[in-house]
Amino acid sequence: MRITLNGEPAEFPVERLTVTELLRSQKVEAPEMVSVQLNGTIIYSAKYNDTVIADQDEVDFLYFMGGGADRLTGGRQQ
Amino acid sequence: MREFTEEQLERYSRHILLAEVGVEGQERLMDGRVLVVGAGGLGSPVALYLAAAGVGVVGIVDNDTVDRSNLQRQIAHTTADIGQPKVESAARAMRAINPEVQVTTHHCFLDASNVRQLVRQYDFVIDGADNFPTKFLVNDACLLEGVPFSHGGILRFTGQTMTVLPGKSACYRCVFREPPPPDAVPSCSQAGVLGAVAGMLGTIQAAEALKFLTGAGELLTNRLLSFDALAMRFRSTPLQRQDNCPVCGKEPSITEVTDCGPILCAA
Repeated sequence: MRITLNGEPAEFPVERLTVTELLRSQKVEAPEMVSVQLNGTIIYSAKYNDTVIADQDEVDFLYFMGGGADRLTGGRQQ
Repeated sequence: MREFTEEQLERYSRHILLAEVGVEGQERLMDGRVLVVGAGGLGSPVALYLAAAGVGVVGIVDNDTVDRSNLQRQIAHTTADIGQPKVESAARAMRAINPEVQVTTHHCFLDASNVRQLVRQYDFVIDGADNFPTKFLVNDACLLEGVPFSHGGILRFTGQTMTVLPGKSACYRCVFREPPPPDAVPSCSQAGVLGAVAGMLGTIQAAEALKFLTGAGELLTNRLLSFDALAMRFRSTPLQRQDNCPVCGKEPSITEVTDCGPILCAA
């Protein structure tokens, strides 16, 4: 199948992939730090195993990104 | 209509020359109120450019003090400011650039008890927070109060930003539902960040605030702009509001701000 992944054409030697499989194939190390958009809809991480990506789909990986602090400060830090 | 002094006409002449800004746009900037959350890597360039632009009131909220390791990128602070509250050193730098700007410092943590009453005093908010609980808190407060804001994030050589018009464009929660698990989050202190990347991203956020106040151009809404400075590639990912967004969707489950974890306002 051919999909558009992060705006670029991508080809896979299979007819379908779950979101989980796609993340794994792209070697995304921390899937919990990625939001996945499929054809304009954000997919809940709980549904990654059940959501199937097919030919012509548009998929975007949107990464969580924090700010520019050197450290988290104060008494309530995690 | 405001009377400009000769000095003001000179100071803001390069804005006034712009057809999209002009005297009217400069007046709107001078009547504008912007809150900068975090006086760190992102908040520093934002605060300096907003002051330089003559934005009427710039609020700055941060509970941190200046550390030597901040100075590689947090350009509102100097070596002499080490140990000082960041809001104070940022305010000094802003007033040095433009004494006309009213700088309001909020040396405190941002949390559920104060965030709504703070953001509602401003026309636009800059999220320059470094941690996800604060980012979600700012998003929810701005959505509930109807205050537009700019989200910004940086890590290593990369950055991302989007502008949110509450009820009109995709919000931060439309894209990122809830804070990631704390143990999964790499911070700049662990992962590092190229100093200039903070400037690249912060100045985009500042430009969005200035565009919002003047009404010039098209805001960065329904798009997540991200870049990788190593390859120096930029990408704009189209986004849309999500019907099932917990704060701006059809049946919102978030109708009040809560501290969804430890809340900080450092950046």
